[in-house]
Amino acid sequence: MKVVVCIKQVPDTTNVRINPETNTLIREGVESIVNPFDEYAIEEALRIKERLDEPVTTIAVTMGPPQAEAVLRQALSLGVDEAILLSDRAFAGSDTWATSYALSKMIEKIGDVDVVLCGKQAIDGDTAQVGPGIAVHLGVPQITFVKKIEELTPKKIRAERMMEEGYQVVESRLPVLLTVVKEINEPRLPSIRGKMRAKKAEIPTWTAANLDVKENSIGLKGSPTVVHKIYAPERKKDGRVLEGEPADVAVEIVSELKRLSLV
Amino acid sequence: MSIRIIEEKCTGCTLCVRACPFAAITMHEKLAVIGPECTLCGACVPACKFDAIELTVEKREPVDKTKYRNVWVVAEQKKGVVQSVTYELLGAGRELAKKRGSELHVVLLGTGMDGACDDLVARGADVVHYLDHPAFEHYQDEPYSRVLCRLMNAEKPEIVLCGATAIGRSLIPRVAVQINTGLTADCTGLEIAEDGGLMQIRPAFGGNIMATILTPDHRPQMATVRHKVMKEAKPDPKRKGKIVTVEPLKEDAYVRAKVVDLVEEIESTVNLAEADIIVSGGRGLGTPEGFKLIEDFALALGGAVGSSRAAVDAGWIPYSHQVGQTGKTVCPKLYVACGISGQIQHLVGMQSSDTIIAINKDREAPIFTVADYGIVGDLYKVIPAVIDRLNQR
Repeated sequence: MKVVVCIKQVPDTTNVRINPETNTLIREGVESIVNPFDEYAIEEALRIKERLDEPVTTIAVTMGPPQAEAVLRQALSLGVDEAILLSDRAFAGSDTWATSYALSKMIEKIGDVDVVLCGKQAIDGDTAQVGPGIAVHLGVPQITFVKKIEELTPKKIRAERMMEEGYQVVESRLPVLLTVVKEINEPRLPSIRGKMRAKKAEIPTWTAANLDVKENSIGLKGSPTVVHKIYAPERKKDGRVLEGEPADVAVEIVSELKRLSLV
Repeated sequence: MSIRIIEEKCTGCTLCVRACPFAAITMHEKLAVIGPECTLCGACVPACKFDAIELTVEKREPVDKTKYRNVWVVAEQKKGVVQSVTYELLGAGRELAKKRGSELHVVLLGTGMDGACDDLVARGADVVHYLDHPAFEHYQDEPYSRVLCRLMNAEKPEIVLCGATAIGRSLIPRVAVQINTGLTADCTGLEIAEDGGLMQIRPAFGGNIMATILTPDHRPQMATVRHKVMKEAKPDPKRKGKIVTVEPLKEDAYVRAKVVDLVEEIESTVNLAEADIIVSGGRGLGTPEGFKLIEDFALALGGAVGSSRAAVDAGWIPYSHQVGQTGKTVCPKLYVACGISGQIQHLVGMQSSDTIIAINKDREAPIFTVADYGIVGDLYKVIPAVIDRLNQR
């Protein structure tokens, strides 16, 4: 069985700020990390390998600039068997349509993939669209927002898919694409041996030329959406500070809530 | 498609460096160099006063936009009940249709929902496309997306809106890819541009920046819209509209990923997505028992209980309550943060709430930077006093 896990290198968004004068991103001092949701996808790939009796190959893939290789090394350090980087200027400017197309072509080239795992969304764009997009391009069923794999055989899967008020139990044949939420597992830490192995590993880089892609379906040209502008969100004005005896504070805050028709 | 600096023209003035939203341009020996961070957004091209940046873009064949008309809303129903996010989409959709001088359509997939169709008309739909079939009782990815693709291809709407819910965010990306058009996720604002296009406004980078997205050459323009941001359309029983029956095809019910069970585990007091008021507790509670006080407070206010990641990681409360980057993004009318210091991971999940009250001992806590009312004090003294006051009324 082959399991592909799609991961993304993202800026640690907690530190991304916009320069209010120029409305541009300030990237200095912003660290690049593995998208947090993808860590759960990597872990689940490893657990699939551990839970099945038959041999399983786990492959981590990412699309991005050459430095995105770092997230693949991290996946290798955790125990993923192989890693492939898709990197080509031709992919620059890809939106979720073009990204999911390119990744699906990569997965097709890997061949005979049974399970594709993605984090539910990336924390930079927060779209949650690339997973379902890959499923459609590949023509395989999807189960989004998976919080538990109840059963997995080489033929089928039963998984719990998180909804607002509970969950759906979904059964699907393989191959299948899953996007996972944080609740699904507790990611492990890399071992020393894993780190050594990751450091030494040769990671192949594929370019557009390696894939059977239509030139007008990748990168900016293949992207139906464009970012028109970015700007800093309006910040709240300074709020009111209430201090003093709890009883007095209570009177004041409750009267404010009344004024705002919130109680 | 490519970008390049015309070296003979570049004067090394650095105007482009400042214009680049992605910090992708650097200066080397007084020449601009475009790095791998470049997304080909084109912001640098007009910024250069010397025409030294050349962006060549050959787009795909654009569609004939004049063939696309009307605003469509994809209704969301669970157990035969139309979800309130649909009414919000109708409110937003009505405004857009007015500006475009077009009709507002709703598509509803379900079974036994004739009454809901009338209600959708009363709330502003000019046309309701209704598919009534038992196979569509519960949401399933494949049948739902198959029918929507067929309708979109046949009816050619100009704009399609859907809720940014668990269902909407699974369904609509499938449809958009299948019918080869653009989709913008989780919009908090929608406007019509001068050229008639849809400006899709959304937060990115965890809410630290806002972006306006366009779908210039493809139709329909599709967006999922964040729940509780748009105003609900109110029903007017006098409104008239048309209900069109959508006939399911035999193959529509075919599924590979089949829903075999629905499990409700979250009582309404935890459904953060639907709550108008949320009271959250964090590490400052000190003990898991502190959530008893948070529950009492939520009860007194008529709200749901949320929490910070720290409290979930400590095992004090289940993950379904977690608000923030790896939990839920919420925007209720009132958010009360109790004993939450306000790490950015938490703030991005709640900072767009209408009114925010923070209760914390530490007056330097970052939560106060987003709070409308900051109460500095011991939550174990403040909250009981506020509950008392609420119960006195």
